[in-house]
Amino acid sequence: MIETILTHYNYWVFAFLLTIGLYAMMTKNNLMKKLIGMNIFQWAIILFFISIGAKRGAQIPIVGGGQGGDIAISAADYINPLPHVLMLTAIVVGVATTGISLALLVAIYKRYNTIEEDEIIKRLRQ
Amino acid sequence: MVEHLPVLMVVTPLTFSFIVNVAGMWKRWLCFPLVFIPMMACTFFAFAILLKVTTAGEIRYHLGGWPPPWGIEYCIDHFSALVLLGVAVISLLVSIYAYSSFKKEVDGYRSPQLYALFLLQTTGLFGITATADLFNLYVLLEIASFSAYAIIAMGERGADFAAFRYVIFGTIGACAYLLATGYIYILTGSLNMTDVAQRLPRLYSSRALLVGFTFFLLGAGIKMGIFPLHSWLPDAYTLAPSAVSTLLAPLFSKVGGYVIIRIMFTVFDSSFSIDVFPVTDLLGLIGGIGVIVACVMAVAQTDLKRMLCYVIVAEMGYVVIGIASANRLGLTGAILHIINDMFMMACLFAAAGAIFYQMGTKEISRLSCLHRQMPVTSAVFVLGALSVIGVPPLCGFFSKWYLLLGAIKSGQWILIAVLLISSLIYAIIFFRVIEYAYLKRRVNHMRPGKSGQHPFQLDKVPISMLVPMILLALGIIILGIFSGTIVTDIIEFALPSSISG
Repeated sequence: MIETILTHYNYWVFAFLLTIGLYAMMTKNNLMKKLIGMNIFQWAIILFFISIGAKRGAQIPIVGGGQGGDIAISAADYINPLPHVLMLTAIVVGVATTGISLALLVAIYKRYNTIEEDEIIKRLRQ
Repeated sequence: MVEHLPVLMVVTPLTFSFIVNVAGMWKRWLCFPLVFIPMMACTFFAFAILLKVTTAGEIRYHLGGWPPPWGIEYCIDHFSALVLLGVAVISLLVSIYAYSSFKKEVDGYRSPQLYALFLLQTTGLFGITATADLFNLYVLLEIASFSAYAIIAMGERGADFAAFRYVIFGTIGACAYLLATGYIYILTGSLNMTDVAQRLPRLYSSRALLVGFTFFLLGAGIKMGIFPLHSWLPDAYTLAPSAVSTLLAPLFSKVGGYVIIRIMFTVFDSSFSIDVFPVTDLLGLIGGIGVIVACVMAVAQTDLKRMLCYVIVAEMGYVVIGIASANRLGLTGAILHIINDMFMMACLFAAAGAIFYQMGTKEISRLSCLHRQMPVTSAVFVLGALSVIGVPPLCGFFSKWYLLLGAIKSGQWILIAVLLISSLIYAIIFFRVIEYAYLKRRVNHMRPGKSGQHPFQLDKVPISMLVPMILLALGIIILGIFSGTIVTDIIEFALPSSISG
């Protein structure tokens, strides 16, 4: 049991970060803290994808000069590049989300002079 | 040319969204033609695709010539061709409608950005429908969502806060979808839907697959706004500019419904979604409760647009009920309802936007005597309302009929009761508006006339808003008349072959 926890620690970190992010998004009253929670949530998933591509004792997936072509390549020697490439796109998506929500936060702050959720709701009800 | 149509559907609006942004800053009048032309082209492409699919079967397009499972593949079968055409036609009509609506509601200097976001939105929706790659679907879903966040925030007071809440919810949904894609990738080593579908049946007993499937449903459920996950929807769509809610409200949720059906019956096959992991029972429960709760919430609203937003949540519940019946008839109903509901909701939201344009109000109680001031708009609204209630010659009746047949066949009597009761509540919801618009005399302070009766006149709404509304209303009638043809010629082939009954 302890061994599975220790050898898969990255997945435990992933689950832990995911929970922290979800908790922050659900309970925090300050919109900036919600945004930070959202970022933690997204980066947790990126950690998960990076973990599934990694292998112990494997090298980067570039076939050296003169080796390419005819010779057989053992896939176990190389880490899986695909999840990492996917995560490049996901990081871009994450940056765009952060950008949009920061822009929205600036607009909200300019209009209501606060980023506390309950105060904004109070002002909207007036 | 013909074989490149699937990718042209996505690339055309994407390219023009950049062009319109730059050209619009230079000369503002260029915005409208630069949105109208790509939308026109996409509608034409979608027609061509539907014709080709119905005659020659599904179209597969390999991006960059890389064959799947290595490259990204766009696959258009009968189901996606039908949804593509619906999305294309409605976004074309809304792009015309948006011209005057945006002019009135949004500052002029913002219009290039607004139109660019409009095109990005359609790019995302077309892409989601066309793609056959799980990760590509995630990216396109996010493109559609981002443009939705930004475009909603340009609305009236409080829209920025509603948009922020939408960002939080939408990101949870997208991340759940991404996580599900990760689980599927670990198990199968592939992201292509066809390839994954071939590899999955051997893994149906895996517990990791159950987790992945649950995350899929969660992600798509948030994006489409089904009942317990809908709390972002009413605020966001109510406060957005009218033309934006006319585009987003009918299309985004329906495309979410498309994603759920695609994943449940193409990526996973029906033996998993119905037998191994009986998610249809749960969906039936959620759909049933969702329809009733959303209907009751809609009755309680005083704001016309917010009321329509709750009707959308209820309509998505109908799609879920269709899936939950888990037989051919119910699924036919769900697919037909996706198409019909696009037109019905676009029609109702367009009418609500036109009412806001002329009367400057969204309060139902201030619509008294509307039919004398806006006869065409009121007629369009009544037509849409009757279709949602389910009056026979209109299209809403036929999809509800198939949903009922499906529920009867699966023996889920509670769902039948839900379908019938919700139709009654719909009647209450819409006849309340119709009563104000047609039967109430104007007695308020605005125009103290002799009898309080307003002089009869034609709508003061510009023609560019009236024509799309009338066309949408005609679309409802045409879809109703030809629903038999749509079912036998298109939906019959769109159903998964593995599903029984």
